[in-house]
Amino acid sequence: MKTKKISKFAQTNLITYGIAAAAFIVVEIMLLTGSMSSLMEGLLVPLCTYAILAVSLNLTVGILGELSLGHAGFMCVGAFSSAFFSVCVGDAFGSDLFRFVIAILIGAVTAGIFGLIIGIPVLRLRGDYLAIVTLAFGEIIKNVINALYVGRDSKGFHISLSPLTLEPDGKMIINGAQGLSGTPNDSTFIIGFILLLMTLFIVLNLIHSRTGRAVMAIRDNRIAAESVGVNITKYKLLAFSVSAALAGIAGVLYAHNLSTLTALPRNFGYNMSITILVFVVLGGIGNIWGSMIAAVILTLLPEMLRGLNDYRMLIYAIVLIVLMLFNWSPGARTFRARLKEKVGRHKQTEEVK
Amino acid sequence: MAMLEVKNLGISFGGLKAVNNFGISIEKGSLYGLIGPNGAGKTTVFNMLTGVYKPDEGLIFLDGKNITGKKTVDINKAGIARTFQNIRLFKDMSVLDNVKVGLHNHHKYSTIEGILRLPRYFRVEKEMNERAMELLHVFGLENVRDFKASNLPYGEQRKLEIARALATEPKLLLLDEPAAGMNPNETGELMEMIRFVRKEFDMTILLIEHDMKLVSGICEELTVLNFGQVLAAGKTSEVLNDPKVITAYLGE
Repeated sequence: MKTKKISKFAQTNLITYGIAAAAFIVVEIMLLTGSMSSLMEGLLVPLCTYAILAVSLNLTVGILGELSLGHAGFMCVGAFSSAFFSVCVGDAFGSDLFRFVIAILIGAVTAGIFGLIIGIPVLRLRGDYLAIVTLAFGEIIKNVINALYVGRDSKGFHISLSPLTLEPDGKMIINGAQGLSGTPNDSTFIIGFILLLMTLFIVLNLIHSRTGRAVMAIRDNRIAAESVGVNITKYKLLAFSVSAALAGIAGVLYAHNLSTLTALPRNFGYNMSITILVFVVLGGIGNIWGSMIAAVILTLLPEMLRGLNDYRMLIYAIVLIVLMLFNWSPGARTFRARLKEKVGRHKQTEEVK
Repeated sequence: MAMLEVKNLGISFGGLKAVNNFGISIEKGSLYGLIGPNGAGKTTVFNMLTGVYKPDEGLIFLDGKNITGKKTVDINKAGIARTFQNIRLFKDMSVLDNVKVGLHNHHKYSTIEGILRLPRYFRVEKEMNERAMELLHVFGLENVRDFKASNLPYGEQRKLEIARALATEPKLLLLDEPAAGMNPNETGELMEMIRFVRKEFDMTILLIEHDMKLVSGICEELTVLNFGQVLAAGKTSEVLNDPKVITAYLGE
C-alpha cells in the first residue's frame, strides 16, 4: 500500500521532469543538426523564463490559493537587482559563470525579500482585494524603477529619483526610464533549462512535504487549518516569498538575455502579470506541468503564426478558448475524470490479481 | 482537577449577549454533552473554547492551565481539538493528507529539509504515514486513503474530521453535532465509535448534539443551554427529567 502512494507522487513528478527533459533533448538535437531557425533560437531563453514564471505563480495561485496580479513586479526586482550587480562587478570575477551564479542568488534573494515585505500587509487581504493590491504593488515597483537613477563615480554610489550629475569619471548604471545597459549576456538555454529544473524541484518537493500540506490546508479551509495548529501567517508568507524568489530567478534570466534592460509595461507591467496568470489558468490551477506547457505553447504560438499576419491573433484567441474548454468545461472535466477512473480501475484489478 | 474548567464565560455581539455566565466542569475521561435549542449559543461556546472568538469575560482552564483568550493555534497545541458543525475538511487533499496535516505539530522537519529531501524528511514522513494509517484504520478509512476528501460519503467525512482532530493528540475533543444529517443506523455506528475513541485514546469528550437518542445513550453528564444561559447541569438522567429542560427544549 505504502509503495503505491509514493509511486503515485513519483509518477506525477516523473511526468513533469520527463516533459522538461524531452523538450530539452528535442531542442538540443535541433540545435546540433542546425534545423532550428534563428528566430526560434532567440526564443529559447524567454521560453525558460516564462516557464519558470508560470511554475512559480502556480505556487501562489494553485497551491496557496491566492490570486496575485503582481508577479511581473517580482520578476522586475530580480532582473534589476541582478543586472545592477553584474554591471557593477564587470569582469572583476574573471569567470562569467561564477558571476552569473552570484547574480542569480542576488536576484532570488532580493525578490524573495520584496515578497516577504509586500506579503506581510497584502496577505491579510483575500480574493479580489488581494489581486487588486498585488496589481498595484507590481505597478509601483515598475514605476519606481523607471524613475530611479543610480550612478557611480570616484566618490562612490549615488542614488536619486531625479537625474544625477556625476563627477567626470562617473558612469550611470541605472538611468531612469532609459534603464540599465551593458548587462552581460550570460543567459544560455542550458542555464535557463537548469534553472527551470531547479524551480520544478523546489516547487514539487515543497508541495509534497509537511510545509506544502500546511499551505494547501490553509487554501482549502483556513479555519480548520488553524484548528489543527497550522500557523496561517507563517505558511502564507513562506509560500508567497518562495514564489516571489522564483519569479526573481526568471527576472535574472530575462535581464541577462538582453543588453539593455528597461522597465516597460510590456515586460514588467500588469500585462505581463496577466500573461503569466493566463499560463497558470490555462495549464490548470495547481497543475505544475500543465502551466509549464501552457507557457511554452502560448509563447511559441504567436511567433509561429507570424506568417499568417492578420490572422495571427485570431488563431491565438481560438487556441486560448479551446485550451480553456479542455481544462475547465464540465463536459471535458467529466470526460477526463472518466478516463482517469478507467485507468485507475484497470490498475486496481491488476493489483487484485 | 477537572480537565476543563470554565467559569463565568460571556460574550456579546453588538448589543446581544450571546452567552452569559457560562460555566462547566468536565472531569478527565468523561463524556459530556452540551444541548439546547437552536441559537442557544452552543457553537459560540465551542468557538470561545477554541479561540475562534475571544470571550468578553470569564476564564477557561484546560488541565489546570489558563488558556483564556489564546489564539486558536496555541489552544490546539495546548490540547483542544474540534470538529465542525458544517464539515470543514481540506477538500482537495487526499484523505491521508488530511490526517497528516493534523500531525503537523507532532512530527516535524524544516521546509529546507523538505525541499532538499534530507534523510530526516524520509524518516519523519514514514512516521507520519504510519501514524496516519493507524488513525485511518481506527475509523475504517484505510481503503479510501487516496481519495479526495470531498469525494467521501457524508458519514465518512464526519469520521475523517474526527480522525484529523485526534491526530493533533488532544486532551479534550470537542464534537459539534457529530450526528447531524445521519440516519438512525449511522447514528448508532457513530455512538459505538465515540465510545471506542474514548476508551482507545483515553479521551475526554465534549459534544453538542440534538439527537436525544445519542445524547441519552452515551453522555454521562449534560449541560443545557438556553438563550445563552445555563438552564440545567448534572447527570444525564436527572437533567433530562428536569421540568425546566422539558419546557424549554424537549417538549412535554
